[in-house]
Amino acid sequence: MGRYLLRRLLIAVPSLLGISIVLFTVLALAPGDPFGELASNPAVPPEVRAALRAQFGMDDPVLERYFHWLAAMLHGDWGFSFVSRVDVDSLIWQRLPATLFVIGSSQILALLIALPVGVYAATRPYSLFDQIANTLAFIGFSLPTFFTGLLFILLFSIHLDWLPFVYRSDLSATGFSWWWEEFRQAIMPVAVLGMFQGASWTRYVRSAVLDVIRLDYVATARAKGLREGKVVLKHVVRNALIPVVTLVALQMPTIFGGAIITEQIFRVPGIGSLLISSILANDTPVIMAVTFVFACLVILFNLFADLLYGWLDPRIAYR
Amino acid sequence: MAGSTPASLTADAGTAREGLAPQISPALDAWRRFRRHRLAVASAVILIGMTLAVAFGPALWPVSINDIDFTARLQPPGPAHPLGTDDLGQDLLARMLYGGRISLAVGFAAMVVSLIAGTLVGAVAGISRGSIDAALMWLTDLFLSLPQLPLLLVIIYLFRDSLKAVVGPEGGVFILVVAVIGGFRWMPVARLVRAQFLSLREKEFVEAARALGASTTRQVMRHILPNALGPVIVAGTINVADAIIAESTLSFLGLGFPPDIPTWGRLLFDAKDYLDIAPHWALFAGAAIFLAVLTINFVGDGLRDVLDPRRVM
Repeated sequence: MGRYLLRRLLIAVPSLLGISIVLFTVLALAPGDPFGELASNPAVPPEVRAALRAQFGMDDPVLERYFHWLAAMLHGDWGFSFVSRVDVDSLIWQRLPATLFVIGSSQILALLIALPVGVYAATRPYSLFDQIANTLAFIGFSLPTFFTGLLFILLFSIHLDWLPFVYRSDLSATGFSWWWEEFRQAIMPVAVLGMFQGASWTRYVRSAVLDVIRLDYVATARAKGLREGKVVLKHVVRNALIPVVTLVALQMPTIFGGAIITEQIFRVPGIGSLLISSILANDTPVIMAVTFVFACLVILFNLFADLLYGWLDPRIAYR
Repeated sequence: MAGSTPASLTADAGTAREGLAPQISPALDAWRRFRRHRLAVASAVILIGMTLAVAFGPALWPVSINDIDFTARLQPPGPAHPLGTDDLGQDLLARMLYGGRISLAVGFAAMVVSLIAGTLVGAVAGISRGSIDAALMWLTDLFLSLPQLPLLLVIIYLFRDSLKAVVGPEGGVFILVVAVIGGFRWMPVARLVRAQFLSLREKEFVEAARALGASTTRQVMRHILPNALGPVIVAGTINVADAIIAESTLSFLGLGFPPDIPTWGRLLFDAKDYLDIAPHWALFAGAAIFLAVLTINFVGDGLRDVLDPRRVM
């Protein structure tokens, strides 16, 4: 397992380099000077502008600029926010926990929906339950997250007045009521994101289980006299999960995209809303750093998916 | 029993008739298979209706999208304004019809961009073995692991102003949005086309063409590509829905089309601050996006049964 992990890590490095090249190319190809608006901004002193130009090596050849930029990114030296006057990395570290919390809990919710529904539907194909689940899944991943979010706010915050629609990181309550408030404000963002993912995963799980449940070894397990529940959970689901993990890993970029939208709707103070607000404020260092962090997160979660593979199918790890 | 479970809801549709009716043309057979997916047929009807509505609607409902009328602000649906009005008293039906044109046009144009790019990359990778194939597939995998929405936002943020200056605000943003959305959706198409090419180029009929002295271009254009197109069309259909969502997302975040061009996402963006007093505004715009995406997805599902019966997902 250790060697397998090392191999996957070594494969992740070129992807990270590739992403950094794409990101840098976009920045370098962009017309005009990304720091141009600094010149017209009287709040930024000229020496800061000169320091930034020197730090990003704006006057060097392209290749040299790329390596400078990459070295700075790897050192954690991500520059200085024009708007909030703090280092970009401290700004991101401050925002990252909220994003990870919302994404993590929504993925758990999505799994809790997709696994039981998908497996149950696949063990009874073309039953009423299967057809209803299939149609609901279609509706679920055709509803864009921004519309579901607004519908939830309309229903639960405005009409029923049950849940707050602004996510606050500075809750005044303490102890148990803090946990309760935190839970209440997290319900809607997590539900919006989790239901969207859960809907598409349900279809993946269903078709993967359908593929596996017809194989001979499942018939053997039944013939041995194992209970149906044990056959499905121990023999079918574990093997069916391998293609599902692939598809989930492929969807990681979409998940982060959905998180940006959800954070924006519910004003969750995460890095997604940081990205939007810095784009609206032309805060280039923050924009580039947040995009890079998103890229790193995608790679990191792909790595987790690889580890999960190794656990689900030991043949992959020991190859 | 379990062993006879067909893979898809309608996968067994074609098998029963095989060999019975040799007179059926492929088109008729395809239509028969598509017809079995009732939701897909209903969706196709709704989708055609929506397309006709946005194409001819502005001519039949000749109300200007920019008529400001402060006496009729935020009105709920009524006889004068079938879908109500927004915060400036502008007629929402006219704005929805006009915006639908752009939303649907972006979806189809981005689909065309992604299909052309994906087919090109996949075909080149599939027909040429070795290092070119490996390099193109590495590129595809790299694009698949890019964080798409952040990059989309960054590219639009960096390039919007200069393109606006060249082609005008509406055309500039349209070209940019279509190119960028299409540029991030070609990867699944490329993988599909490559997989098809890898299996098709070893088939006997391609070998026969090769033996007859057909050039590589002719083999690809006449023999391999037409046979590889089925799954590509299905992927293209899904891409239209994805592109419509992507455009609406950009507009919803306030980073797509400028405020005077009311795409569906832009309407939703403007409406979200009036959710408590004028919910109809957000509901109509959101429902239009939802309906377009849902029907396209169902049509894609129906087409999959017709063109690509082996694939399950």
